Amino acid sequence: MTPSRAEVCIAACAEAWRGDGAILASPMGLIPALGARLAQRTFAPDLLLSDGEAFLLREGTVEGWLPYRAVFTMVAAGRRHVMMGAAQLDRFGNQNISCIGDWARPRAQLLGVRGAPGNTINHPVSYWVPRHSPRVFVERADMVSGIGYDRAAGLGRSGRFHEVRVVVTNLAVLDFATSDHRMRLRSVHPGVCTAEVTAATGFPLAVPDEVPVTRLPGPAELALIRDVLDPGRKRDQELP
Amino acid sequence: MRIMSPGDVAAELRSGMTVGIGGWGSRRKPMALVRAILRTDLADLTIVSFGGPDVGLLIAGGHVRSVVTGFVSLDSIALEPHFRTARQRGAIELTELDEGMLHWGLLAAAHRLPFLPIRAGLGSDVLRVNPDLRTVRSPYGGEELVAVPALRLDAALIHLNRADAAGNGQYLGPDPYFDDLFCLAADRAYLSCEQLVPAGGLTGPPQSLLVNRAMVNGVIQAPGGAHFTSCVPDYDRDEAFQAHYAAAAADPSAWQRFQADYLTGNEAAYQAAVRRFGEARATAAAP
Repeated sequence: MTPSRAEVCIAACAEAWRGDGAILASPMGLIPALGARLAQRTFAPDLLLSDGEAFLLREGTVEGWLPYRAVFTMVAAGRRHVMMGAAQLDRFGNQNISCIGDWARPRAQLLGVRGAPGNTINHPVSYWVPRHSPRVFVERADMVSGIGYDRAAGLGRSGRFHEVRVVVTNLAVLDFATSDHRMRLRSVHPGVCTAEVTAATGFPLAVPDEVPVTRLPGPAELALIRDVLDPGRKRDQELP
Repeated sequence: MRIMSPGDVAAELRSGMTVGIGGWGSRRKPMALVRAILRTDLADLTIVSFGGPDVGLLIAGGHVRSVVTGFVSLDSIALEPHFRTARQRGAIELTELDEGMLHWGLLAAAHRLPFLPIRAGLGSDVLRVNPDLRTVRSPYGGEELVAVPALRLDAALIHLNRADAAGNGQYLGPDPYFDDLFCLAADRAYLSCEQLVPAGGLTGPPQSLLVNRAMVNGVIQAPGGAHFTSCVPDYDRDEAFQAHYAAAAADPSAWQRFQADYLTGNEAAYQAAVRRFGEARATAAAP
């Protein structure tokens, strides 16, 4: 029953929503989605989860209706915690999913800012990075879509709902629990050393003296992941 | 109420107009109306859309000067290939907004307000790349907010499952998207539908009657009119055709062939070509 890297990451994503209560959990991508469903079925049963269209699902049963216009209202009301992806992320958690290069004529057009500006100013946000590398963890994000701690601090009262909670990657879990909200290494996944993480990060990371190993999913969690949530093992394609 | 053809709608548009398009991503887009625009010389349009292949096709056809959006995506394929190429060539202007700001801009226009305040956008580069965006300070306590300007439209195009001859429209899928707001934000709104019934002939839950005849200027019967985007419960997204579209869009010679196969004739010719595409796939898959 040794957990795979993907299974460790699913449990780490689930942890992001611990203690959130009855709010809308919006995971973007397969591993965060499995994490949110794992959390809902174990330690965070009050979480609300969407089917990706307009229905709220709880253990396979429709419990609510949430079309996009209602999602926007939940965002503004702060009753949501989203886990987004990030093409770029800087040390204060400024995120870019819009484009790479000069915005006026980008080298690579990506998703656009989507809901990232509104998410980050209104409610807790976490990030999932499947390939931890200096290309993602950069000195400066080219087009700040989701805002980080330095920018939120500059907004005064208007920034009071901002929180970037955790960044889960294929190597580690990162957070912002430092005096000036610079990114910190919270834990490394089993088999990963601290040097590997700092080398894959394009800015100096705050590293505590003792770096714990990421919590491993227990037998019940592994059984849920393997038998109920992802019997087709899609997780192994996303994270071999 | 005018009962119109897709071509009639395109003929009412003018170059330089601001056109709002309903649906979301690759979901319930008024594609028959978009295809009708592709057969015209309309140019320099500003497109306001939660963008999908509507935006991509209009860009590819050379009809677009500017896009107002928060994303342009095919949903199951993350990036719209024509939009991506046009951005990387610097071929179109872009007003890039947070999705919630786009909603708010339509709501402001529908309510005939000059702007609506929102928290979204503060601190982000949306304000950097849109230097015309202004902030306002609350008169009730000093908090600073973004003033999203009204996104007033010359015309709105939407597609619903059902409509009646009086101009009332009904959605039967899970999400209304923002189609009612697009209509109210526009000087003229055109509603295409899978099935047109006589006035007063719409059945089903009254709360599915999303738009009423006060919001609509013309109704168009267009079965398959959202293809290849989804129009549930009438049909799902045609994923195989969308993949074919995306592959063709990534290669100039394949795109020429795609245009010749699907976009040179009228709507009936398009639907016939799509049927042949489906039959060819079914034959190839047969044992």
